[in-house]
Amino acid sequence: MEGPVPFPQRGEEIVWIYEKKLQYPVKVSTCNPTLAKYLVEQYGGADGELAAALRYLNQRYTIPDKVIGLLTDIGTEEFAHLEMIATMIYKLTKDAKPQALKEAGLGEHYVQHDSALFYNNAAGVPFSATYFQAKGDPIADLYEDIAAEEKARATYQWIIDMSDDTDLNDSLRYLREREIVHSQRFREAVEILKDERDRQKIF
Amino acid sequence: MDQQRERFTPIKSYVPFRGLFDPCPPIGEKYYSTPPNLYLGFQPPNLEQFTPQEALRKGTLWKVFYDYYDNPYKRGGDSSHG
Repeated sequence: MEGPVPFPQRGEEIVWIYEKKLQYPVKVSTCNPTLAKYLVEQYGGADGELAAALRYLNQRYTIPDKVIGLLTDIGTEEFAHLEMIATMIYKLTKDAKPQALKEAGLGEHYVQHDSALFYNNAAGVPFSATYFQAKGDPIADLYEDIAAEEKARATYQWIIDMSDDTDLNDSLRYLREREIVHSQRFREAVEILKDERDRQKIF
Repeated sequence: MDQQRERFTPIKSYVPFRGLFDPCPPIGEKYYSTPPNLYLGFQPPNLEQFTPQEALRKGTLWKVFYDYYDNPYKRGGDSSHG
């Protein structure tokens, strides 16, 4: 099996692997910097992709072995989503003049950051580690993860409701669908951890 | 897929309480999502799949988890109450 990009084989001396490609294409068809103001909620907001990635990749150390892999897979995928959100925000603001940013409600952002991206929420509140927890109790942590996925799904819905950009909404729908699948997998992780099949089955 | 659709609706609505002196015109129906992951439990084996190409576009391999979303207030509601 040979893909278009030769992937490193086991034993090859590789320092770091990163595929420089978005998980799903991002196309923005309208110049609407106001959407960037809304999208930043998923960038540096409490239920955003950064909070999600950091939450799962931190909890993974102290969760039963059976579900570590799940947290690793989902946690790293959240960074892929973060890249997509960053791309959207960048595209929506890169050619906006100060006046246009001001009209989009991003005047304060411009004063602090020019059009640089920054980890804050849609209301301008900077990102905080208090947005997520690591209780150390597997059930408590997974229930938080399920809630986080449902909240992120809801945030995508509210942004889609506010957006008339069909191409952007296509990417947002993809991200919303991923939240649904992640929630499903966390729910299954709870089922795995509370499972009592070991006691009933004789092998 | 159709069987799954019959088993649940992915969007629900309700009409919020109206007070006598509410300042704004009523929103009418208020919508909320109830996506498939709420209903399935642990995923059973041998469910229907999208083709790999379709799956990459839709965000899931499994047809049962696919839930297209659009602004329900734009459509003006073909959802079920409850």
